[in-house]
Amino acid sequence: MNMIHTREKLVVIGNGMAGMRTVEEILKRNAPRFQVTVFGAEPHVNYDRIMLSSVLAGEKEVGDTIINSLAWYGDNGIRLFAGDPIVAIDRQAKTVTSESGRIESYDRLLLATGSRPIVPPIAGLNLPGICAFRDIADVDQMITASTQHRRAVVIGGGLLGLEAANGLMKRGMSVAVVHLMDTLMERQLDKIAGGLLQRELDERGLNFFMNGQTEEILGTDRVEGVRLADGREIPGDLVCMAIGIRPNVDLAKKADLEINRGVVVGDDMRTSDPNIFAVGECAEHRGLTYGLVAPLYEMAKVCADHLALEETATSGYAGSILSTKLKVTGIDLFSAGNFNGGEDCSELTFNDTGRRVYKKVVLRDGHIEGVVLYGEVTDGGWYLDLLRKKEDVTPFKDGLLFGQAVVAAMGQVKPASVDDLPADYQICGCNGVCKSTILDTIAAKSLSTLEEVRAHTKASASCGSCTGLVESLLKSALGDGFQKAAPAGMCKCTSLSHEEVRRRIKDERLMNIPAVMAALGWSQADGCSSCRPALNFYLICAWPGEYQDDAQSRFINERAAANIQKDGTFSVIPRMWGGVTSAKELRAIADVVDNHGIPTVKVTGGQRIDMLGVPKDRLPAVWRDLNAAGLVSGHAYGKALRTVKTCVGSEWCRFGTQDSTAMGIALEKMTWGSWHPHKVKLAVSGCPRNCAEATIKDFGVVAVESGWELHVGGNGGIKVRATDFLCKVETDAEVLEYCGAFLQLYREEARYLDRTAPWLERVGLDYVKARIVVDAESRKALYVRFLYSQQFFQNDPWAENSKQEAPNSEFALLATVDA
Amino acid sequence: MQDIVMDRDWLDVGGVEEIPLRGTRVIATKSGPVAVFRTTDNRIFATRDRCPHKNGPLSQGIVHGTRVTCPLHGWTIDLATGEAIAPDRGCVPTIPTQVVDGRILLHVTQSGR
Ligand code: SRM
Ligand SMILES: Cc1cc2nc3c(=O)[nH]c(=O)nc-3n(C[C@H](O)[C@H](O)[C@H](O)COP(=O)(O)OP(=O)(O)OC[C@H]3O[C@@H](n4cnc5c(N)ncnc54)[C@H](O)[C@@H]3O)c2cc1C
Ligand code: SF4
Ligand code: FES
Repeated sequence: MNMIHTREKLVVIGNGMAGMRTVEEILKRNAPRFQVTVFGAEPHVNYDRIMLSSVLAGEKEVGDTIINSLAWYGDNGIRLFAGDPIVAIDRQAKTVTSESGRIESYDRLLLATGSRPIVPPIAGLNLPGICAFRDIADVDQMITASTQHRRAVVIGGGLLGLEAANGLMKRGMSVAVVHLMDTLMERQLDKIAGGLLQRELDERGLNFFMNGQTEEILGTDRVEGVRLADGREIPGDLVCMAIGIRPNVDLAKKADLEINRGVVVGDDMRTSDPNIFAVGECAEHRGLTYGLVAPLYEMAKVCADHLALEETATSGYAGSILSTKLKVTGIDLFSAGNFNGGEDCSELTFNDTGRRVYKKVVLRDGHIEGVVLYGEVTDGGWYLDLLRKKEDVTPFKDGLLFGQAVVAAMGQVKPASVDDLPADYQICGCNGVCKSTILDTIAAKSLSTLEEVRAHTKASASCGSCTGLVESLLKSALGDGFQKAAPAGMCKCTSLSHEEVRRRIKDERLMNIPAVMAALGWSQADGCSSCRPALNFYLICAWPGEYQDDAQSRFINERAAANIQKDGTFSVIPRMWGGVTSAKELRAIADVVDNHGIPTVKVTGGQRIDMLGVPKDRLPAVWRDLNAAGLVSGHAYGKALRTVKTCVGSEWCRFGTQDSTAMGIALEKMTWGSWHPHKVKLAVSGCPRNCAEATIKDFGVVAVESGWELHVGGNGGIKVRATDFLCKVETDAEVLEYCGAFLQLYREEARYLDRTAPWLERVGLDYVKARIVVDAESRKALYVRFLYSQQFFQNDPWAENSKQEAPNSEFALLATVDA
Repeated sequence: MQDIVMDRDWLDVGGVEEIPLRGTRVIATKSGPVAVFRTTDNRIFATRDRCPHKNGPLSQGIVHGTRVTCPLHGWTIDLATGEAIAPDRGCVPTIPTQVVDGRILLHVTQSGR
């Protein structure tokens, strides 16, 4: 072979999922053959479009979606022109021309231009505030809108529309979904499953307008809503169009290639011009176009065969059978094949309305023709496999709906095991990763967790539906060394997330722990030591006026209003408002120490005094004496407001600009006694020298000449995090209002045991600003709810506990026996 | 019905109602404190008040099902057997109890297996 002959030129139009996958496959087969040049309309490297749903929902970052970094292009000698779309193909001259005027000649051309969102022919489409859901720019637009506006309308109740609606809702918007049909996702679900889905999403807070034909977009300077053909009007400051996609064939059409709905290709992915290939959503094969990645990856392989090994390639693409999953956390649905049946079909169905589990399998001539699963989808892959293989299921038809495990127990099929899958079995459809790749990578890189496998192979990193299979592979590879990732649920008693539990407590007006556990199907009657304290807090937060606190669901420190020490004794820390004390208080503390023989007295890091080593049965007496001197509980033991540290400020300090001490005291008087997902600390400094360390507090205030700077989301601890700057305010009243609102938002929305820092990092500073700074109404409402709740919780637990020094209290012995 | 064995080794230590549901009270004995637990379904268990890990007071933990979670480092102990739940390993001595007419009887000489 002659190694120095010039390489053939391959030009790829479209830097998307199908195009780059084809290039990857070519590199695997015959890297030296082509000099590859890629033109992409978007100003990005190759990214995973599927993950945009998770980015919108706040579960992933844009950076997580990158499939091939710039370095990959460089390392493989690929020239990339991103942000420079091709505007014309000259088939005679074999050149393409880009928007910027670059002309590039090719020996082979690959069209991978994907699809365009369908835009309905209605009025008002040119208003600002309208977007599609297709690329990073759309997601950016939606995220920005969610920080500035309240209401969104999503047009289209298919997969994409629902994922958009869910994401916008998670970003705090109130979302309406307009759907033309009477069933959601009617292309993937039958009426019953669609109904279950609608109910679930409805309960989560989406508003549905079914049978709704959008006629006009309303608004003058910006969208203000939509009007439906039947006259209904829905207000909205953002309208997202997700009614479908159409293959992007403009270029091919201008170049006179054979076009139908898409660019027509044969089984070898060649278009009507033998030098031009097409893959992905823009291609039409045997009359079908596809809108999911699994078939695109199959096309990519065949296309690469014919490009890279042209002379010897024999493979052909034969079409794909699709399966569907909705990427909305906590909703399990699966469908594949022809699930609506027909004349010569029969149906098996299972419908457990209580658990909301629905399964339907459509049979024809003894084999599976289609399947819909809702609520329980573990057997989806098995049904799909039977469907693809056209296996005769008559022998185990009776057990079919109960799944593979039951059929295996009937002795009808081999029990499911990943070990039986062939090495080239495609585990992850989204990323086209097969079994042997996963096993080889686990071995080569000594991987031991799901996250590592995801990071190294991308398997299960996109839509997540093959997570179970990947886990099984990992388990079979590691044997005993395998540890399952923590379930997404709150704890092992439920698969519901913290957010879902909180929402249902409110929506279903669940008023106590047993009611929550019964309504939400807790797997253990009493729950466990992690969910009980969480539920107790969620109920306090949801029903401040009504809920009866459950002492037995609190950690001992909160139950006993003191901190347990390693020897079983307790420590007592009275509140010192803003760190200020007096001779009288100090004298009282000294007396208590003497009278009760307290072994250690220490100044804490929180500007107050700790008395350590008090036996539990002495606590009530110690408190009574402290109370008598006007000292109250400092809540040093609680997932509660702890301290408000201050500096001396303008009263004494030569640099002080405002009275930081008085401000600290005012804040502590407002916030003491409040319960939170985790401890909460405040601080106020009198000038930017910041002696009170306000910028590592949950809510920090720094005085400046013209007012107060507010900072949020800091903490010390193992992982120090400095605060983010929230905003600047002018008056003392504003400091109190912003503080109360911020704390209430944190109380209402953070997961139990998240401090403000991890919560803020999850929801994003923009979101918090939108709720607290931009939207004054929202801030006021939060502040009012905070103050309302405080009416019920500003009671000194010490005073209450020492009053009831009854023989049966927590603090007394049950008995003393002489044995 | 279970036969109730009454002999001088069974001591009446208090009424069931004196322990909160899913709660615990402590009994002082010559050989150290004993934790008496009451579960949701009104069963009574007793163990030495000493976690097999680092002697934490089990009486101060959260009771769930027939288990208690130690307040110091979160070990969970099965109240019926005194065994720590895997992956932790260790055992706290249990003390036989029975409930007669709402009174809790503790077998004092049998301070555990
Ligand atoms: C008593 C005190 C140490 C002292 O002698 O100064 C203290 C003692 C404890 N701290 Fe602290 N922290 C104390 C000030 C602090 C400070 C300083 C401050 O508040 O400015 C910090 C760093 C600031 C912060 O919280 O961000 C601090 C960061 C922690 C952390 C790490 C928190 C984090 O988010 O990473 C923990 C661990 C935890 O809470 O999970 C912790 C946990 C604890 C615990 C509760 C450990 C435990 O689980 O038993 C200690 C309780 C002992 C007791 O019985 O009182 N303590 N702790 C201080 C009490 C302050 C007060 O007056 O209430
Ligand atoms: C939000 C969202 C969620 C999704 N979720 C799933 C899912 O869960 N499962 C699943 O299987 N599929 C999902 N999909 C579909 C999947 O992303 C697509 O099927 C896949 O990306 C199509 O690949 P493609 O290469 O054909 O098109 P694309 O990935 O769109 O790539 C085409 C590229 O070509 C560029 N281009 C177009 N014209 C030109 C030109 N003239 N010059 C240069 N470049 C041009 C485009 O800008 C684009 O970057 C989802 C899609 C979206 C939008
Ligand atoms: S923060 Fe400023 S005003 Fe306060 S003590 Fe420090 S230097 Fe003085
Ligand atoms: S002492 Fe009980 S868990 Fe450590």
